[in-house]
Amino acid sequence: MIWDLHCHFSGVSGKTPQERMAQLIGFADRMGVERLCVYMGMSWSRDPSPEEFRKQNDDVLQALKDWSHRAFGFVYVNAKHVQESLEEINRCIGDGPMVGVKLWVAHNCRSEELDPIVRRTAELKAVIFQHTWLKTDGQEPAESTPMDLAQLASRHPEATILCGHTGGNWEIGIRAIRPFRNVFADTGGGDPAAGFVEMAVRELGAERVIFGSDIGGRSFASQLAKVVGADIPEASKKLILGENLKRLLTPILREKGVRL
Amino acid sequence: MQPLIDTHIHLSRWPCRRLPLDETPSLVEALQSQGVVQAWAGSFDALLHNDIAGVNGRLAEECRRHASFLIPFGSVNPMLPDWQEDLRRCHEQFRMPGIRLHPNYHGYRLDDPVFGELLRLCAERKLAVQLSALMEDKRVQHRLLPVPPVDLAPLPEAMKRAPGVKLQLLNAFQVLRGELLLRLAAAGVCFETATIEGVGGVHKVLGQIPQERLLFGSHAPFFVFESAKLKLAESDLTAEQMKAVCEENARRFISL
Repeated sequence: MIWDLHCHFSGVSGKTPQERMAQLIGFADRMGVERLCVYMGMSWSRDPSPEEFRKQNDDVLQALKDWSHRAFGFVYVNAKHVQESLEEINRCIGDGPMVGVKLWVAHNCRSEELDPIVRRTAELKAVIFQHTWLKTDGQEPAESTPMDLAQLASRHPEATILCGHTGGNWEIGIRAIRPFRNVFADTGGGDPAAGFVEMAVRELGAERVIFGSDIGGRSFASQLAKVVGADIPEASKKLILGENLKRLLTPILREKGVRL
Repeated sequence: MQPLIDTHIHLSRWPCRRLPLDETPSLVEALQSQGVVQAWAGSFDALLHNDIAGVNGRLAEECRRHASFLIPFGSVNPMLPDWQEDLRRCHEQFRMPGIRLHPNYHGYRLDDPVFGELLRLCAERKLAVQLSALMEDKRVQHRLLPVPPVDLAPLPEAMKRAPGVKLQLLNAFQVLRGELLLRLAAAGVCFETATIEGVGGVHKVLGQIPQERLLFGSHAPFFVFESAKLKLAESDLTAEQMKAVCEENARRFISL
């Protein structure tokens, strides 16, 4: 069973979210990926206005109409617009089919403005996916690092938080999130550097490592290889490739009456 | 299982971390278990060591222990004095079919006349040239070792000084797109698969360049070997394309 934490509508052609989703599912089938978590829409904004993030979330909702048996949606919000973000979380998760929240680079996640967003997400039993990178060649102005995420996680032990890309510089990212049991490492997005998953399993335990691909900018192939080719027990690979994500999403999927 | 010739592997130690397969016997065993029948090896030591002659000697000896499977590609650093002797030894003493260049680690641009001269001498000796565009994503490099990718723009002009040179670019697809890619492919440059990305990426690349220009390469053990192999599975390739990329193009490139 392979569930993918980290998917976008990029890298494939198609005029509608459904058309792009159909293509992505075709590649997922070739690679044995059963479920995809998708977020952000047809055209991205790094610092979206409420109108923009609503439009992007509408794209995801549109794709889910045809593909709810293969995909889960995460709602994209911006902590610069707290009230509108909360309303969007209620629309897409509380009253809609989505199961997680996606935060990207608009606002650094150390900020206390994220607190009501995290609290509401946890109340709904949804998960938070926060993009993180720790770039040697320079951060975007508000881009979060795993150390920023650790700050957020320390304030919200009740929330389930996914550390997007594990900071890219994963040797540092893994260390930064290690003390926080409610933070999980996303394997997606960077090059298929050997040793990432081995270190994550050694330092966090296999239960805290989750496969994500970051398609379509990346390939399923390079990202699956990090896990499939890792020198770790087969039982750990199963956890990382799907069982961990299923465990994290089970509470909200049960609430929504989704049968697996 | 389709036999694979992996045109892009490394021996010895990556400077910034231990890698799971950085002992040659375990790397060889892993590659062979994946269907690799031959692997073209450079040395990580060539990136930062100034004693390139020593690096190439150790590489040749290590490959000799796995003769007919590991094919050594020694390195030449044309910024060092008497680099021509390193080239001569690679060819005449170690009988290498080609060399591997790291212009960004060795500190020269491709419009430096010395690069054109090196290409010309390789063409004269009928030595294949592998040119590595980068070793790792610049975003994740050690903060004290930032090495930008090679600027490939001057390459078509430099190649004019070396008619008939056999050139393969390694790790090119993170930095090479569009018109320059097409120009280089048209000029006979070959590429490899290690840094192809995006869903169905190999199929997309084969839609842009002639089939005979793409060779299988993994960048192991720095990259997980399975990445390159799974990319072949992710793309919908014909049997002919698969055979060309996996084996035939490599055999044609160095005609061992």
